[in-house]
Amino acid sequence: MLGITPIPPDFLDKRLIFVTGKGGVGKTTVAVALGLRAAEQGKRVIVCEVSSQENASRIFDHTEVGFHEVEMAENLWSISIDPDESMREYVLLQLKVRAMRDMLFRSRIFSYLAAATPGLKELVTIGKIWELAQLDRKVKRGRKYDLVIVDAPATGHGIGFLQTPRTFAAIARVGPIHSQAQALDRLITDHEHTGTAIVALPEEMPVNESAALERELRAEVGVAVDRVYLNGLYPERFSKEEAERLAALAGGENGVIRAAARAATSEYGRARSQRAQLARLRRRVEAPVKTLPFLFEPELGVAAAQQLARRLH
Amino acid sequence: MPAVDEILAGKDICICAGSGGVGKTTTSAAIAVGMAARGLRVCVLTIDPAKRLADSLGLRELGNEARRVDPALFEAHGIEIKGELWAMMLDAKATFDELVARQAPDEESRDRVLGNRIYQQISNALAGSQEYMAMEKLFELHTEGHFDLLVLDTPPSRNALDFLDAPKRLTQFIEGRSLRVFMKPTGLAARVAGRGASVALSVFKRIVGFDLLADLAEFFNAFSGMVDGFQARAKRVNNLLADPHTCFLVVCGPQGEPIDEAVYFHRKLVEAKLPFGGVIVNKVHYPAERLRGDGEDDVDLEATLAARLGDEDLARRVCENFADYQALAERDARNIEHLAAELRTKGVIRVPYLDEDVHDLGGLAEINRYLFASSEERIEIAAGRA
Repeated sequence: MLGITPIPPDFLDKRLIFVTGKGGVGKTTVAVALGLRAAEQGKRVIVCEVSSQENASRIFDHTEVGFHEVEMAENLWSISIDPDESMREYVLLQLKVRAMRDMLFRSRIFSYLAAATPGLKELVTIGKIWELAQLDRKVKRGRKYDLVIVDAPATGHGIGFLQTPRTFAAIARVGPIHSQAQALDRLITDHEHTGTAIVALPEEMPVNESAALERELRAEVGVAVDRVYLNGLYPERFSKEEAERLAALAGGENGVIRAAARAATSEYGRARSQRAQLARLRRRVEAPVKTLPFLFEPELGVAAAQQLARRLH
Repeated sequence: MPAVDEILAGKDICICAGSGGVGKTTTSAAIAVGMAARGLRVCVLTIDPAKRLADSLGLRELGNEARRVDPALFEAHGIEIKGELWAMMLDAKATFDELVARQAPDEESRDRVLGNRIYQQISNALAGSQEYMAMEKLFELHTEGHFDLLVLDTPPSRNALDFLDAPKRLTQFIEGRSLRVFMKPTGLAARVAGRGASVALSVFKRIVGFDLLADLAEFFNAFSGMVDGFQARAKRVNNLLADPHTCFLVVCGPQGEPIDEAVYFHRKLVEAKLPFGGVIVNKVHYPAERLRGDGEDDVDLEATLAARLGDEDLARRVCENFADYQALAERDARNIEHLAAELRTKGVIRVPYLDEDVHDLGGLAEINRYLFASSEERIEIAAGRA
């Protein structure tokens, strides 16, 4: 498989990047770190949350942004894509007659249909992502972005999310939605302009799931993963020989000396098992694996994201 | 700090809820093992467990039914299963199919529903269908009454709340009350209901394509005979969740975000009048200050270590590492204090961040020791660690 789709020299030169992975692995932090890095290079970037999440604004200690493009840092914006708002916006762009639109939004049957149609929420969410990535924005006075980064839903939901346009194009065989869904599928699978990163943790389960996710993305969505970020890697502070000396010391001590020595042997054990997971991950995925350090920070705020941004490669 | 067996005394059902990545599956399995060890007949229902954990429990071979786990597996880890441990891996789609088969008035209606494309979509992908099927299976097993305790590992949701909303969302969809009227061939209803509705329908046709609407119409027609049965059953499922013999345990991690989620979920449980049992915080960095001996406050750690080890550079690194670890321990302690205050409970069970990644029976046994330890035992276990 290697060599069929060459990895472009700079990931951040894409127009659209999906950041995906299992729940709780730090997807948002990595998405924001990528955004900060690109913004530093002078790009205008927007980080998108989906399903009304507000994790990115939280990192910046900002009030909820909702369905608005809000500047978080220089050249870096954020939006939380609400599917109902996306649907509304989509209809506004499709229908020119104001009276019809008003009638539609007042009608309960319309919101029922929208909720009842499988995958429609995901589809209009991806539609909004597409709209944000256009240089010629459909929304009036829309800002032009060089890069759109999506903090995608967790694995399981994640595959389904990126697969929606394909599934939808198959269900709705006719009408505008059919061709629009096809266009969205082309956007997702356009490897020249669209990139995908998986975030993993150096533990057994997340490593297995990341490998499975990469395979499914390729087989079922037609997406080649560009990067796997292994997040939260402990530093190797002690050698094997040192760990043995510290274990011996801990055995003969009490109180704080023992606690400190044990904390050191724990760190040695974790760092070592994490290296084993890193090696497993490298064997099992095709995309290049990049490591990100564990940050000994009480809360992962903007300072942490900035630290990670400097370490991204 | 109560132990899990005290919280679960007299309960039939334990539901472990929480956001993704906090160790819910492992916690559910460890609870089931511990209660089975105490003599109960326990079944743990899980979705997508860690592969190695599943393998060691013999879950890989399972279909959508409970299978007994070999007690000998746990003896090697010092756990004697006095009762019985059963496990099953939930297949949401198969559960939905079974439910349809049970509710359908005849084979023809059953096959019409099972073969409908809209049905195939919702049984796989409609938000809430996986969550609802987990409850449905729980209800079924509870009604059969073969087990003393059922432990449910809730599906990995974006938001723990998706679980609670699931029955409502699903039954609303299936009722399709506002929609079915307009699907009638005469179109008379549409005229009666007024122009707004017919505009909505025609615009919707334009947006999603005609085929989809026809499929939806077919779906509601095929389903129409089962709606009442579905509603009645959903109501009984809801009643079971609110039963005093049911217990919700909230599982979370010690970082700010999972803690906030746990607080939020607890509030929703209380609002919905659902029985909250306690909260389990996984991967906690235990504070070491408690381990500091009397009169050690003024010990110069780095100098003492350097003297003991005969290595200043190593002593410095040990101190740095210890300080980092302590900072995390202090954060965890602050977050847990906040959690306990918000929940107005002292019942926060902490499971430490273990040296080894938990994905096998050894790790499970270790987690099990914490969940079922008394307060005194916990301090002792922690003293051997930190």
